[in-house]
Amino acid sequence: MEFYRSHVLVCGGTPCVLEGCKGVRDALIAEVKRRGLDREVKVVETGCLGPCDLGPVIVVYPEGTLYQKVRVSDVPEIVEQHLLKGRVVTRLVGEAPQAGVVKYEEPTYLGVQERIVLRNCGVIDPESIEEYIARDGYRALAKCLTEMKPADVIEAVKKSGLVGRGGAAFPTGLKWSFTANADADQKYILCNADEGEPGTFKDRLILEGDPHSILEGMAIAGYAVGANKGFIYVRGEYVLSIERLGKAIEQAKALGLLGSNIFGSGFSFDVEIRKGAGAYVCGEETGLIESIEGKRGEPRIKPPYPGTEGLYGKPTVVNNVETIANIPPILLNGPDWFRQFGTERCPGTKVFTLTGDITNKGLIEVPMGITLRRVIYEIGGGIPGGREFKMAQTGGTSGGCLPKELLDVPMDYFTLPEHGSALGSGALLIMDDSHCIVDIAECFMRFFEHESCGKCTPCREGTARLHEIVAKIARGEGKPGDLELLDELGSVMQVSSLCGLGQAAPVPIKTMLKYFRDEFEAHINDRLCPTGTCGI
Amino acid sequence: MEPAAKSAGVCPAKVSEILAKYSRRPDALVSILHDVQKEAGYLSEEAITEIASGLDIPVSKVYGVATFYTLFSTKPKGQYIIRVCENAPCHVLGAKAIVEALEKELGIPMGGTTSDGKFTLEYTSCLGVCGVAPAIMINEAVYGNLTPERVPLILKEYK
Repeated sequence: MEFYRSHVLVCGGTPCVLEGCKGVRDALIAEVKRRGLDREVKVVETGCLGPCDLGPVIVVYPEGTLYQKVRVSDVPEIVEQHLLKGRVVTRLVGEAPQAGVVKYEEPTYLGVQERIVLRNCGVIDPESIEEYIARDGYRALAKCLTEMKPADVIEAVKKSGLVGRGGAAFPTGLKWSFTANADADQKYILCNADEGEPGTFKDRLILEGDPHSILEGMAIAGYAVGANKGFIYVRGEYVLSIERLGKAIEQAKALGLLGSNIFGSGFSFDVEIRKGAGAYVCGEETGLIESIEGKRGEPRIKPPYPGTEGLYGKPTVVNNVETIANIPPILLNGPDWFRQFGTERCPGTKVFTLTGDITNKGLIEVPMGITLRRVIYEIGGGIPGGREFKMAQTGGTSGGCLPKELLDVPMDYFTLPEHGSALGSGALLIMDDSHCIVDIAECFMRFFEHESCGKCTPCREGTARLHEIVAKIARGEGKPGDLELLDELGSVMQVSSLCGLGQAAPVPIKTMLKYFRDEFEAHINDRLCPTGTCGI
Repeated sequence: MEPAAKSAGVCPAKVSEILAKYSRRPDALVSILHDVQKEAGYLSEEAITEIASGLDIPVSKVYGVATFYTLFSTKPKGQYIIRVCENAPCHVLGAKAIVEALEKELGIPMGGTTSDGKFTLEYTSCLGVCGVAPAIMINEAVYGNLTPERVPLILKEYK
């Protein structure tokens, strides 16, 4: 094995790819070689490092210096100054909090974060199974297959308190037990990677940064419930995720970590990728199943639930990418270890994606129960441009909007619903005081009208009417009674829609009416948009 | 840059080859439609009929699936499909101005195709790159951190 005095980690997540990280990586490799440093310095392309709006970002270890917005033309200077002479190139470290050096471990980046799901993202080369294995990869699977009975695996997941990270927060161990207890000749594990919730890009970056953790987690789930076949349903737009997953599957098969008789245990497990084709509703588990079966992705009536009657009518576990990524560390370290993170009711961490009017946009993982205020001001760097915080939407477009009075509410799957919102997928959209509530509401409602699949009437008609009413208010054509109508219609949709799409669509509008009603009223009663955004 | 889509029909032999790749399994329909569209640029009536008879399922079923998913198109589109995200995270950071710049630069409204068949401009739902919003996708390439000023520079790569 080779030893290097320095490692240069180049973020290879999609946000950095589209800012040109591949060119920077190639230039670094060439320049390191030209300077005769290629036996001392190793350049590695990793998964997402987190600060997505500063791309391309690189970190130089052992110092942990983070360089941002690195261009190919900056490479000779970094190599000469930092790697050859040991001097930090201060002009590329951004606004350093102290003495000109930004360390990746500092609060802005990793400080208050706890990395379980993202344990390997930005640390290893995602295209190298050896690097995954060197970080305890596939050890949890080996432990399960050689030391534990399937029932013990389920018990450990139950004890950990892990709940589904796709948004529904269903206890994962309980879900597995339904499928384990079902009697069938064939069972399936589905990984839901049809990430479509606006503002969410965690699953994309987990898949790009650590694809093997998903394969390992799925194989463990397969062993626990008695399934030997898994599918990963990935959005068609996630080109890099699909590519890296494909490579990971090949590598795992070549080493016998997928396929037949894994670790000589007699357990066999195979994984196939299925590509989505652009339908938000396929993120709903039964819509996803329909799509894999080659049909329109229209959700099924439940019950029966997929746990007992899912893909091709067989018992099927459907888990989100982030949920599955939690599985190997839980099995390796035990449920008690997992429960030390987060809250009593909601153990573990949550991966959030920070978007909108916030200084540091990107991907973070923090203990469950952290407050919005800490995320925005300690990690996110606050609101840019000297503006004021107005509201944050938690959980993506199907989540609620919270005003500044609720900045100190702990964010977990049980507390946010008490305030009308949801933790959902972990998307956090921050909006400053330049935005009009009605304009944003129209944007949300346009989305749901477009994405409603049309199968059930409350959602098909409801989403269209919600959008129509809000659009009228935005044009200055609102009339008294409209707000009551929005509220009532929303309530009807919540109780009568077939799936989560129609049930969640009214959530943002209901919270906006609750916390920002006066702005709607100004549009209707005074024909006035207080922020001057709407075309009144 | 290589165009991912050609604006031409697809020959029955090619459809047949794609169907064989999936062992003519009706449950592979979404994958089959992906492959046929990649070959032909869009899903023509002929291709849909061909697929239906090859899989021995009704034409209406294939058409129903082809029109359900936004990545599939039953009409010819431009060589380069520009998908613009206008969901909330992009909206908040100025997607409207990007739409206006694209419309102005290409001389077509959203949903339109340029007369030379080169560009189609359409909305998409969230592309999952919200950390660099506002964002667009041109065929398989994503562009983020957009400003109206950057729009002509990006389009130049394709003209």
